[in-house]
Amino acid sequence: MEFETIICFETHVELKTETKLFCDCPVRYDAAPNHCSCPVCTGQPGALPVLNRRAVEFAIRAGVALGCAINRRSRFARKNYFYPDLPKGYQISQYERPFCEDGTLEIIGDDGEPYPVGIKRIHLEEDAGKLVHSSDSFEAADFSLVDYNRSSVPLLEIVGDHERNPLRSIPEARQYLEKLRQVLRYIGISDCSMEKGQLRCDVNVSLRRKGQPHFGNRTEVKNMSSFRFIADALQYEIRRQAEILRSGGAVDQETRLFDEQKGITLPMRSKEDAPDYRYFPDPDLVEVEIDDAFLEGVRRALPELPDRKIERVIAEYGIARKDALILTRERAVCDYFERSAARCADARRLGAWLIKELFRLLNDASVPIEACPVPDAAFAELIDLIAEGTITDAIGRTVLEEMFATSRRPGEIIAARNLQPIQDEDALSDILNEVLKENPDIVDQILRGNRKPMDFLIGQVMRKTRGKADARKVKGLLEEKFAP
Amino acid sequence: MELCDHSAGELARMLRAGETTSVEITRSVLQRIDEREAEINAYITVDREGALRQAQEADERFRGGGRIPALNGIPLAVKDILCTRGIRTTCASRILHAFKATYDATAFRRVMDEGAVLIGKTNLDEFGMGSSTENSVFGPTRNPVDTGLVAGGSSGGSAAAVAAGEAVIALGTDTGGSIRLPGAFCGCVGIKPTYGRVSRFGLIAYASSLDQVGALARTVEDTAFVLNAIAGHDPLDTTSAALPVPDFTAGLGTGVDGLRIGLPREYFVEGLDPRIRECVLGAASLLERNGARIVEVSLPHARYAISAYYLIATAEASSNLARYDGVKYGFRSEEETDLLGMYAATRSQGFGSEVKRRIMLGTYVLSAGYYDAYYRKAQEARTLIKQDFDAAFEGVDCMLAPVSPCLPFKLGEKLDDPLQMYLVDIYTVSLNLSGLPGMSIPCGRVDGLPVGLQIIGRAFDEATILRLGHACETLLGRI
Repeated sequence: MEFETIICFETHVELKTETKLFCDCPVRYDAAPNHCSCPVCTGQPGALPVLNRRAVEFAIRAGVALGCAINRRSRFARKNYFYPDLPKGYQISQYERPFCEDGTLEIIGDDGEPYPVGIKRIHLEEDAGKLVHSSDSFEAADFSLVDYNRSSVPLLEIVGDHERNPLRSIPEARQYLEKLRQVLRYIGISDCSMEKGQLRCDVNVSLRRKGQPHFGNRTEVKNMSSFRFIADALQYEIRRQAEILRSGGAVDQETRLFDEQKGITLPMRSKEDAPDYRYFPDPDLVEVEIDDAFLEGVRRALPELPDRKIERVIAEYGIARKDALILTRERAVCDYFERSAARCADARRLGAWLIKELFRLLNDASVPIEACPVPDAAFAELIDLIAEGTITDAIGRTVLEEMFATSRRPGEIIAARNLQPIQDEDALSDILNEVLKENPDIVDQILRGNRKPMDFLIGQVMRKTRGKADARKVKGLLEEKFAP
Repeated sequence: MELCDHSAGELARMLRAGETTSVEITRSVLQRIDEREAEINAYITVDREGALRQAQEADERFRGGGRIPALNGIPLAVKDILCTRGIRTTCASRILHAFKATYDATAFRRVMDEGAVLIGKTNLDEFGMGSSTENSVFGPTRNPVDTGLVAGGSSGGSAAAVAAGEAVIALGTDTGGSIRLPGAFCGCVGIKPTYGRVSRFGLIAYASSLDQVGALARTVEDTAFVLNAIAGHDPLDTTSAALPVPDFTAGLGTGVDGLRIGLPREYFVEGLDPRIRECVLGAASLLERNGARIVEVSLPHARYAISAYYLIATAEASSNLARYDGVKYGFRSEEETDLLGMYAATRSQGFGSEVKRRIMLGTYVLSAGYYDAYYRKAQEARTLIKQDFDAAFEGVDCMLAPVSPCLPFKLGEKLDDPLQMYLVDIYTVSLNLSGLPGMSIPCGRVDGLPVGLQIIGRAFDEATILRLGHACETLLGRI
């Protein structure tokens, strides 16, 4: 690659507060249009904003989780522009002195080394409403309607740092976003559902030829809400800028939009046309003072974060890093794992079954782990039965499927469906003899000292018993028969 | 003297003694409106039926024998910039000419909870922007003292209504002198409380960091009654102060003995009508003779006040008035079909010229590249002005000053010269910039026209200015 790349995100995250940022209206996505609105969030004359304390707590929580310096005195500013979805003609946001500054989010860089990506600032602002047009666009529409249910829903904006360890590639960008999303979900401040638009990104890209001191102008691609589109847009934008630089040109500093259908970015407005938002401190809101007690409270309530959790899970349960990574991806999954592991004698096996079997069932049924029909205690019981050899893996899978469908205990299912393993040695011996009779060639091989096909014979016994034979017992019997 | 000419204090006594009824008082006020309103134009909306109904309810409360709220049955006028549920709130602007709020301003709600009878909504300079109540889409308000003169502004309707007996008490708002100046011009008492003393919820914003709700009345005691009702923290306005509210009538009549009163040197220099100067200084020496100590103080940064005020106020206004875009409520021009055209036409036609001038100024002040030179500088000046007062108040309990450098002027006289108009506020804007409380009371007449005396107090010490105001009123007699 002849060019180096800098990628910087501005990420907007809708916070999971019960009420809006400056009024008591509930935050709901399923309400009829304008049913969650009031004089404050529709910008009526004389209405005043009252700051939601919970939203501030969430912002500080994000700042602490991302290693930011917390400004003890912070304030809101007005960002002035006209648009019908912006009822006051300005957005209440932050400009000077946001809640959090200078943080980092550590990823594994493309070189395999830990790479603390710089975060410049985190600030709180209000979302705008939503426009609904009678046809595709404003220009073509006969009429447009506006829904203020989303107006003033709290948004957290997390701004990457161009100067301090910016992202250098699309894989790093992807990792950054995924990790950011993971952390924000861990600390419980947002569901970060990209489909629901709870996490949206603007992304800045600039390139320089290797060995050159300065990066070229950067472009900003606005408002994307899927990992795939972000990756596509980045790829297109990097190629486009590289071509311009290769041909000796300069990239225009501009804002661009990503055309999802065509997979290309298109110019939206140039630097010269950039709006002047005329930021100034909002006189309707007093300065927010974050005192020691508040900050200490946030710190204390901060849950264990993914990086630390991975190491602990590896150390505590002796599971492989690869599995630990999967188990800690979602806090709820890890919670489930740890709750069931606490009741189970074989945490490693439990982890493996969770990843392989339970995930499959959850995925197929599109059920989140929080709603898993298999209680953690029952899951632990099942794994113990398998680990003790009371049931085989095969029966274990059957039982788990039924547990998933019925939420019953494994013992009940085994008894009801007569899945108890065949323990009776005489019965097993009879079946084994049958199998030996049917496979004289194999028997011959074993007698000649090749013990490998013994597994095949065990498999045949399992087949005849529909998995109910105790594999270890069968193996013991076989060993006996072929004892030298 | 008709019922409508009595003070609220006197009427409250008469009502409690059963000498009159709220319905009688209200009829008297309505009759005065019939006689004089056509000429004065104090009101934008008069609610006769509502007023008489509320008066009856007030009378029933007297008969009911329960707790009688302090303002029970007293006719009230409300500046048409305070939201009143069910009655339009226009801000004297075409853009809100039919706007009806679904909520009450907190200050309005509180006076109504004290039993006041709403007569109507009074005229003002559009969105509070002006010093003469001429910038109104409903036409100018005329001064009841001499209808060829302006009433002062921007709460000119409230001041004129009180002065003419078209109301007994009134709510006004003061962003740069808008209560005190019309109070002085119309010869009544006006108080602008400390910023944060009264909730701004439901006060349609002109300049949020300067706006404050206050009272106009014919006596100091009456303004104290109103202040008692409206003061105090409001959870709907986080800039309202969570401080205890004293009984503002408690210190009235305790005299001025030992009170240290400052005269700011910078307020008595060139530009002040010498006749006004004489009246104000005359009041000071009268107080001195009655036990007050008069001290000269200095407010060295006073000369920056007008500039700082017009930078900050217009900056905030340009943002506060952005919401009037024709999308959600109020006037919308139907001439244009695309969005930008609709915005431009709506705002061009919906706002008057002074409002547009201030929006343009404020937009410029906040623009990239100018912010530091104008807005930030103005905020620095504001800090210095505030510090001047802090320093001066170390040696005095309150200050005396003129309200206005000039006497009430003729209608139209300053309309074409905005700078001259802006200078009328030269002695009042400093209090808004520093958040301090101030009141204006009549202190004499020149050529038959009232002259206002301004009393300036420490933050949240309205009690002292009321005490001093009451003493002046007693010593000077009703002027």
